Amino acid sequence: MKEEWDIVLKPKRNLFDINLKQVYDYRDLLFLFVKRDVVTTYKQTILGPVWFFVQPILTVVIYVFIFGKVAKISTDNIPMPLFYVSGIVLWNYFSSCFNQTADTFAKNANLFGKVFFPRLIVPLSVVISNLIKFAIQFVLFAGIYCYYLFFEKTAIQPSLLIFLFPLLVIMMAGMGLGFGLIFSSLTTKYKDLKFLLQFGVQLLMYATPVIYPLSTIPENYQFLFKLNPLTHIIETFKTAFLGSGTLSWEGLLYAFGFTVVVLALGVIIFNKTEQTFMDTV
Amino acid sequence: MSKDIAIKIENLSKLYRLGEIGTGTLSHDLNRAFAKLRGKDDPYSMVGQVNDRTQAADSDYVWALKDVGFEVRKGEVLGIVGKNGAGKSTLLKLISQITSPTTGSIKAKGRIASLLEVGTGMHPEMTARENIFLNGAILGMKKKEIAAKFDEIIDFAGCRMYVDTPIKRFSSGMRVRLGFAVAAFLEPEILIVDEVLAVGDAEFQKKAIGKMKDISEAGHRTVLFVSHNMASVKSLCTRAVVLENGSITFDGDVDAALQHYLSHGATDGVAEHKIFETDKNTANEQVELQSIGVRSKGKEYGDPMRVDEEIEIQIRFMKKVPENTIHTTLQVKDESGNYIFSLSSASTVADQEAKATGAKTFTVTIPSNFFNSTSFYVNLLFVQDGKTIALRVEDVLKFDILPKQAKLGEFMGKGKVPIIPQFPWQTDTKN
Repeated sequence: MKEEWDIVLKPKRNLFDINLKQVYDYRDLLFLFVKRDVVTTYKQTILGPVWFFVQPILTVVIYVFIFGKVAKISTDNIPMPLFYVSGIVLWNYFSSCFNQTADTFAKNANLFGKVFFPRLIVPLSVVISNLIKFAIQFVLFAGIYCYYLFFEKTAIQPSLLIFLFPLLVIMMAGMGLGFGLIFSSLTTKYKDLKFLLQFGVQLLMYATPVIYPLSTIPENYQFLFKLNPLTHIIETFKTAFLGSGTLSWEGLLYAFGFTVVVLALGVIIFNKTEQTFMDTV
Repeated sequence: MSKDIAIKIENLSKLYRLGEIGTGTLSHDLNRAFAKLRGKDDPYSMVGQVNDRTQAADSDYVWALKDVGFEVRKGEVLGIVGKNGAGKSTLLKLISQITSPTTGSIKAKGRIASLLEVGTGMHPEMTARENIFLNGAILGMKKKEIAAKFDEIIDFAGCRMYVDTPIKRFSSGMRVRLGFAVAAFLEPEILIVDEVLAVGDAEFQKKAIGKMKDISEAGHRTVLFVSHNMASVKSLCTRAVVLENGSITFDGDVDAALQHYLSHGATDGVAEHKIFETDKNTANEQVELQSIGVRSKGKEYGDPMRVDEEIEIQIRFMKKVPENTIHTTLQVKDESGNYIFSLSSASTVADQEAKATGAKTFTVTIPSNFFNSTSFYVNLLFVQDGKTIALRVEDVLKFDILPKQAKLGEFMGKGKVPIIPQFPWQTDTKN
């Protein structure tokens, strides 16, 4: 007689045995985690969500001063505040997705050790709650953008590429999540990576045209920057909204492919790690 | 028959690495990968040794569980007992999918919910209302289910007034109540409960146990209950398995299982005998403590001691100086370290005898039905000439007294007086 079981636990799951249906079944938990993250961040503060604006505004002010006035780095004739805010807002989304998913296992070891639910819910909730933060910060960008577009005479030229914007955000999120998943899986056993991550993401920002346009890089070095998939996402974003940037369709396709690979790899490694991470964390 | 089986566990084993993870892991990992590449077994799983924490390890790996297998029928309440480190928690972790087994399989029908902790994942900054939803969802409930039971949960926890207050303002007891209230309204087909639920005040304990009984009696719910509180196992479970060094040594009727556990695996409640080497804590120029032991009269060291048995404490020591007398005093303390009473050999041993040098054995017998079923700590004092302390050994013994066999089910562990001496009562009825 053949037996019917709802749950079968075996030592080793197949590498590609990823239970996405289960993740879907726990969608309520996903949204409650998002709610928790958003609600608790600014509890017992007076300014509340206004803090979401303060950080990018101050960063822009400092960048305008340091990179614009002191170092005099070109912004391709785009007003400096607008140029910096566009880079920072998008970059922040990537870096917070990356940083916050990268310590998923370490940070939630206590929770994971007590109760089972699909572990993927936690990094997904991080990506979604950061998306909310990103949306709020994007309003800031939109405000500054509209000001320069309608009230100042500048070189800004929006193009139809703006419709690529959602895709760009998804790619940023996918890449942040993918890298985060890989790092979180590896750090459960080898804690060394944690130290690398802390300054790694910061250094990565300087290797990506966030605070300078790609066009300022000498021709013979540009190929190095183009290897960085994030370059294409940021440059496309700037081309779409500001009309200044280096758009390359091949580059964008490369970045998209890169995102898919990193994300898939991340999910597979994460899925493998979650089975036994409690023993090594 | 197999239709009724809710959980089936076969050949379940779990290998753990001993010592620190870090140094050498990379080389072991590479070694493993190489073995896998050649299509061989994991080279480290061969060397794992039996899980006995008292033995020194001679390999780096240990089998926390080894070839465990049993079936649980639908509606059955299975108790899992075993001493600390026997593999209970590992088994729980495997069944509740927190970690994967090394070999073997677990098959189950229906949703599994595990209560290894109350109030898992609650956030102190969020209100009780928000936390009920969050905690419920973590335990596997849908938002709709929680919303439907929300009022019942609030009433069960008894915190309607504070429903919109962040739980960081709650007392810890209130938090536990809230957590348990959520758990109580879970409706999984299989519920796994750890003994942590047995903490908390008496009222809470009663509520928790009662609720679990309801759960198992009401529906076709299967409960796995892990504990070393024998009383609650006895009152709740219909069957029990005993884990010892990572393997099942008994599976069957609760009474028989507890009997087996008490006489084989348990260190709690076991008569203890300690032998001391000469060192500065247990010896000086005056005396040298050689051994101390506690057991039921007429039984062996290593047997359980019960309320209705006479308890014998035996001290062996060497008296070195002829000039003065040495008497022994035992200070008996309860679980929280409060002194209950002391016993001095000066009351019955003549001074002459106390003055003689050489190896001596002093034995004191405490009548039956004097100690209640709880834990005791003993300090040993060697008193010189009835005034100065020649040597003092703190907590030289710790022992537990078990309840009388017939009344095992009544014992709830905590909150009792430590001693229950039976002194004669006179009655005089005039009407």
